[in-house]
Amino acid sequence: MSVDTVKQPNWFSRLAHPGQFLNWTRHVVWPLAGATVVAFVVGLWFAFLNSPEDYQMGDMVRVMYVHVPNAWLSQAVYGVMFCAALGTLVWRHPLADVANKAAAPLGAVFTTLALYTGALWGRPTWGTFWEWDGRMTSTLVLLLIYLGIIALWRAFDDQLKAGRIVAIVTLVGALNIPIIKFSVDWWNTLHQPASVFTAEGPRMPASILTPLLAMMLAFTLLFALLQIVRMRTEILRRRADSLSRQAALQGGAK
Amino acid sequence: MIGDGMHVEFIAWAYAGVALLIFGLIGYVVWEARRVKERLAALDKAGIRRRSAETNS
Amino acid sequence: MKAFQALISRDLKLAFRAGGEAMTLVLFFIMVGVIVPIAIGPDRPQLTRLAPGIVWIAAFLSMLLGLDRLFRSDDEDGSLVLLRHSVLPLEAVVAAKVIAHWLVTALPLLFATPVLALLLSMSWEQWGRTVLALLIGTPALVSFGALGAAVTVGLRRGGLIAPVLILPLCIPIMIFGVGMLDPMAGGGATLFLIALSLVVTAFSPLAAALALRAAGE
Repeated sequence: MSVDTVKQPNWFSRLAHPGQFLNWTRHVVWPLAGATVVAFVVGLWFAFLNSPEDYQMGDMVRVMYVHVPNAWLSQAVYGVMFCAALGTLVWRHPLADVANKAAAPLGAVFTTLALYTGALWGRPTWGTFWEWDGRMTSTLVLLLIYLGIIALWRAFDDQLKAGRIVAIVTLVGALNIPIIKFSVDWWNTLHQPASVFTAEGPRMPASILTPLLAMMLAFTLLFALLQIVRMRTEILRRRADSLSRQAALQGGAK
Repeated sequence: MIGDGMHVEFIAWAYAGVALLIFGLIGYVVWEARRVKERLAALDKAGIRRRSAETNS
Repeated sequence: MKAFQALISRDLKLAFRAGGEAMTLVLFFIMVGVIVPIAIGPDRPQLTRLAPGIVWIAAFLSMLLGLDRLFRSDDEDGSLVLLRHSVLPLEAVVAAKVIAHWLVTALPLLFATPVLALLLSMSWEQWGRTVLALLIGTPALVSFGALGAAVTVGLRRGGLIAPVLILPLCIPIMIFGVGMLDPMAGGGATLFLIALSLVVTAFSPLAAALALRAAGE
């Protein structure tokens, strides 16, 4: 099959091919960065200057504006990794393991921030920085899963082999998280018959929604931006690796 | 408005921590990208090219 | 079926021939039961209250110690490649190894629990329930261990990462295992633990085999 007779790739293959990915994302990065900055400016403006205190929470609602986006992203990023893992194992999509590898540290940071802001919110609200309830415990475990996956990526020399194995670990972790949440909630009913705080968190009246949504958008755009940049970096890194190998094979020919 | 409530410290610590980690993350991502690009540039200078690069563009 | 049994007995023979490894894990198990009271104080009522949790921690840590040998020695001497092409499907191979590993690591622990019961001031009833809980829950712990071992086989420092990967998985087992001793909710915990253990033990060989194949490519 010569270069002339190979059939034109359809849109999905064009998306899937690493080279094509580099091509079309090159034009996306800077606009996306600009949009992210704007979204954060708008979000912060709403969060601090254009919204009242919550009647229930008082000024602590402003912590919500950074807590909720990070909590949402900590789970959404794992969702991305889950889909990527399926892509690796089921369809052998060439970009899937790149996506998984790129997303893991991002998810870890968002989860850490969710825990950190959650603790700061918890202290004045419930009196303690930490509580072994279903939510906080599951989030902590999610962080451990992220860190384990990152460690696993780094432990492999062969990144392609790593991709399939990390995909398996990602899927197993995803199945496990609901079970953990269930078991921790059950465990809490043993030790705390009357739960003082509602696990769902406070209600969201409309005055809170605007800043909240604005910040959610800002953080999500940030994730999309960082994810794309990291994926590009990973593709380029693999290129560099194979070039180095090629050079080493050619030996002292220089 | 800012500074009204009793919890300014908590809010400040929260936003400070978020800013620290987020800017740290962005910095890391940028540094990493730069490092790989330098590596590719060095390889390119040394004359090592991809085999497909000859036929492609 | 004969191949399956042959694999189990092979692993058992190897484990006891290498000598002492099973006993080392039992020793470690008991040592945890020694070090915890030393650390938290000899207050007997407190120890009795915490005893089931301490026993489970000891069991969990001992299993973590032992899991690396599940596939590594086979990987190092090349047997793993042979096993992958054997008459048995790889999933059955993993299941056989998990059974053998449980017999070598978990069963001796169960026999060592009376020592811990003594050190931690457990009542007879507590001890009985704990043994039952371990009996139901340790197969799941070993199965998760096998998964961790399969994922990290062939990695130079894989032995360090496997516990990190496994710990989140084992959390529900620990919760329900200790929860079985709760006077009110123990029944529910037992059912959950049985269900969880069955599902995990049945499905983890599939995932572990998948990981072994991916590692061997």
